[in-house]
Amino acid sequence: MTRHLLSIDDVSADDIAKLFATAAEMHDVQKREVKKLPALRGRTVINLFFEDSTRTRSSFEIAGKWLSADVINLSAKGSSASKGESLRDTVLTVTAMGVDGLVMRHSASGAAHQVAGWLDIPVVNAGDGMHEHPTQALLDCYTLQRQLGGPGSLEGKRIAIVGDLTHSRVFRSNVKALGKLGASVVAVAPPTLMPAGIAEWAKADGFATSYDLDAVLPEVDAVMMLRVQRERMSGGYFPTSREYTVGYGLTRPRLGLLRDGAPILHPGPMNRGLEISPEAADAASSRILDQVSAGVAIRMSVLYHLLAGEESA
Amino acid sequence: MSLLIKGASVLGAEPTDVYVENGVISAVGRAVSAGERVETDTVVDADGLVLLPGLVDLHTHLRQPGREDAETVSSGAAAAAAGGFTAVLAMANTSPVTDTAEAAVSVWELGREAGLADVFPVGAVTKALAGEELAELSLMNRSRAGVRVFSDDGRCVSDPRVMRRALEYVKAFGGVISQHSQDPSLAPYGSACCHEGELSGRLGLPGWPGVAEEVIVARDVMLARHTGSRVHVAHASTAGTVEVLRWAKAQAEKDGTWAVTAEVTPHHLLLTTDLLAGYDPTFKVNPPLRPAEDVEALRAALADGTIDAVATDHAPHARQDKEHAFVDAAFGMLGLEEALSVVSTVMVSSGLMDWAAVARAMSFTPARIAGLEGHGRPIEVGEPANLTLVDPAATYLVDRDRSLSLSRNNPWHDRKLTGRVVSTYLRGNRTFGG
Ligand SMILES: [Zn+2]
Repeated sequence: MTRHLLSIDDVSADDIAKLFATAAEMHDVQKREVKKLPALRGRTVINLFFEDSTRTRSSFEIAGKWLSADVINLSAKGSSASKGESLRDTVLTVTAMGVDGLVMRHSASGAAHQVAGWLDIPVVNAGDGMHEHPTQALLDCYTLQRQLGGPGSLEGKRIAIVGDLTHSRVFRSNVKALGKLGASVVAVAPPTLMPAGIAEWAKADGFATSYDLDAVLPEVDAVMMLRVQRERMSGGYFPTSREYTVGYGLTRPRLGLLRDGAPILHPGPMNRGLEISPEAADAASSRILDQVSAGVAIRMSVLYHLLAGEESA
Repeated sequence: MSLLIKGASVLGAEPTDVYVENGVISAVGRAVSAGERVETDTVVDADGLVLLPGLVDLHTHLRQPGREDAETVSSGAAAAAAGGFTAVLAMANTSPVTDTAEAAVSVWELGREAGLADVFPVGAVTKALAGEELAELSLMNRSRAGVRVFSDDGRCVSDPRVMRRALEYVKAFGGVISQHSQDPSLAPYGSACCHEGELSGRLGLPGWPGVAEEVIVARDVMLARHTGSRVHVAHASTAGTVEVLRWAKAQAEKDGTWAVTAEVTPHHLLLTTDLLAGYDPTFKVNPPLRPAEDVEALRAALADGTIDAVATDHAPHARQDKEHAFVDAAFGMLGLEEALSVVSTVMVSSGLMDWAAVARAMSFTPARIAGLEGHGRPIEVGEPANLTLVDPAATYLVDRDRSLSLSRNNPWHDRKLTGRVVSTYLRGNRTFGG
């Protein structure tokens, strides 16, 4: 594995298999009464969040604590740039306190890449703007793989990713991760929510695109719904939420188009009734809560591989 | 005070001697050095060097007043001299904005004091660059600074009614509106920071589509035609803009009542959008770096005259303003010191342009567009000795730490360029080199 986890580009299919194997062990720890492992005892990890995200931050915090690391949460929202301090100065200051690893969330694409270039410690990208969210993609794939039959089971499977592709870091990481694990992806959205140049990109990276969710659903082995950011609605990306739901929501009638038992995923938080109906969110095949618990296991695995050092890895 | 430049190739022609007395060219020809003029204060051996008229930059940001930590008129003028420039037009988006006669005169005077290059302030088109009310255009023109070029650069005069009035108004004194063409609803100021295309999609950076430039260029040439005025397209960056310009120039020539001119930056002639893959804010510039097809079209347009001039858009920034996340970092890159080398590398070495064409694009034509009388003159007897000596064969590695600019946001750092300014003379006085 590389030194940082900034993007799914940083991990090979082999690396992902290793991360998943460790995650499976970590997952078992969660069932124990005493959930602590000593792996990162004496290490300090900072969760530096320039953008709010209670669930991702908590997931990393629990993961670090169960590995016995000292975890410090720092919210840097609006604190540095508004004071005129550069991002570089902010992270150099924060990490100069003797930190062994940095988990970072930022509203700007590429911020984690830039920061990794300024630091000597491992950096985990916990979401950078519209760019990537690699641990989310890993936990999504881990959840899917367990559901579809264990290691290797994503090979040859077809997965739909549906919704606001343009603004989604989950999409950008997942399309790479699923591709590395041998799955074929079909990305579904209205044309206004497809990223610029997606046609060339899809051709180069071997995924498909569609504007027609009804045509796609019967062909896929699983579906990942993306959150619609309500603030986008004023941006003219689509006329009304009602129209969006009719075209691209996983509504109750659409559930009938899915193959029996095809897993339904959503990175949360959900807009129930907009991109996903209550029936779909709560369906027997919904894996949304599994994603949350897998999130801790995956983040434990990532922190362990990046921070525990060669001898224990 | 006299100066003899021996054996220089004027605009790339046969070697000759140029003799300067009291800041004016007093003799040109092979016989000069052999003859009676032996009592010369300074003799420069220019064997193998090309002599050009002092370069003129239509588009420089000097940051004074307001951000003297990034650049001052004096440091910018030193960088200009190092780049072979004898005249620069300083953009109005300083703090406060150059939108009054007093502000314009103050920049002009700072340039006089520095004495390294003539600094001509560009006046704002609208008050505070707000795009709403016209600034005091004619008062700026009547001032000692003699402003003839107006621009809200950094912002587009996006309201067509305001642009129409500005074009009409400057006709009274032969002014020109230099437009930063960016439709802000298609490419919002500040946020749109990367050419919209496959790479911006992959990187998750907000796109700045070429069409946001092209619709403004198309609109403005129609307004210039309607008003019978002059519009100048700043930093043209797309093949689509070139197509519009080609049509507009043919039309303007036919009509004979209006004019459109355009400039291209050195960075848009050489650098492409894929440099952004590593999110390095050094390469964040407005308009953004474009794909190779656009770069090719811009080179061809400069070579065939559809684009009239090279202008640097020299945009110095203090270190801390570039060390933010990419979308938050300042737009702009340095350009004065390497401009000639980039043009030499891209256009001359490839055979797309000869040195006479370089002189046209970097001196004669920009001086004519800006209405400067003492610059962009032929190298002939009686003309002011604003001169630049270039070593066309010199190859060097750019080192940002050797810059005379106060800033270090140099996109050419560690790049090998061919063709280099050796020395610069402003009215016969050496302002750079030996
Ligand atoms: Zn501009």
